[in-house]
Amino acid sequence: MQREQLESAPDAAADWPDRIYGLLKEHGIRQVALVPDAGHSRLIKRCLADNDLKVVTLTTEEEGIAMLFGAWLGGEKGVLLMQSSGVGNCINMLSVPIAHRTPCPMIVTMRGDHGEFNPFQVPMGNATQQVLEAMGTLVKRADTAEDVAPTVNATLRLAFNTYRPTATLIGQRVLGAKTFGK
Amino acid sequence: MVEIAQSGKLERRSVVRALLEDRGDMLAIGGLGAPAWDITAAGDSPLNLPLWGGMGGAAMMGLGLALAQPDRRVLVVTGDGEMLMGIGSLATIATKQPRNLSVVVLDNEHYGETGMQETATRHGVDLAGMARAAGIADSRRVETPEQVLALRDAIRAGQGPLFAQVKIDAASLPLVLPPREAAILQARMREAILGPEAHLQ
Repeated sequence: MQREQLESAPDAAADWPDRIYGLLKEHGIRQVALVPDAGHSRLIKRCLADNDLKVVTLTTEEEGIAMLFGAWLGGEKGVLLMQSSGVGNCINMLSVPIAHRTPCPMIVTMRGDHGEFNPFQVPMGNATQQVLEAMGTLVKRADTAEDVAPTVNATLRLAFNTYRPTATLIGQRVLGAKTFGK
Repeated sequence: MVEIAQSGKLERRSVVRALLEDRGDMLAIGGLGAPAWDITAAGDSPLNLPLWGGMGGAAMMGLGLALAQPDRRVLVVTGDGEMLMGIGSLATIATKQPRNLSVVVLDNEHYGETGMQETATRHGVDLAGMARAAGIADSRRVETPEQVLALRDAIRAGQGPLFAQVKIDAASLPLVLPPREAAILQARMREAILGPEAHLQ
């Protein structure tokens, strides 16, 4: 199996990444902070191809929490794309949007969730929702392709209308488990 | 006037005062701890965002703000411990090359808020060298009043991104505290930039 196939969503017909891209435009998002994940690869390509979006690849996810705060100070809306393991890197920085009462929407692709192969992904994947909620984030899950767009829409609306960190977790049932050929 | 302490090193508040003097509409973010007190001592303002937390995030907040407001100068003033915690952000900032962003590290070689434990710069870590190697071409080490004034001119010129490691005296100075309600701190800066419609976004 080719690596590209191995690392991308199993159902190429599923258009949920394109629908997320459409929502980012609809909500007037201007800054996209990300640490890449295979599950986000199609959405990342769409964002990189859009000259109206400022796409910033981070060295660690907590940088994105800080960057979105700076963006909001300057009147721009941003979104953070990451994998579930990256949520663990964000914990203390989430105090920034909470204390300042600023929007911080996150779109998280899950690992360690449904049919995981890699033992190292399980601890953080299993804790992702609890960790976010422990840090005051409103979390919604999408476990079918049809659920992704409405859930992301709700996450963006909650963040920008009520000024707080919010997250959509896109389950591994939607993304397909990375099997390393096994 | 930029002062020299008895140690022969720059006096931090006079450095920050010089950088913010006649600032125009320049925006300033102060990293948690003494840099936040320093920008406040220079004159609290809606154009200041003093941080009470988010250690390691000051430079990235500066990047988000600089990208959102490309026609304004954005100055991040932070400490060596805070910068070291978010050191990867130098690479992130370098990839975007924001001309309007300056990051100034007040380097006293210690964690000043927690009992003056030594930081890595006390052991020779060259922050300006790291910033330059990351791709921030104008990265300076600043040790004299003349260099502070040259830094001020460079910040105003907006030919960044710019990074400066300013070697300062380690003395802890009297606290000059900004407002602690962080919702007010963000809202006042947003209103200063965007006007009343900031609150209708």
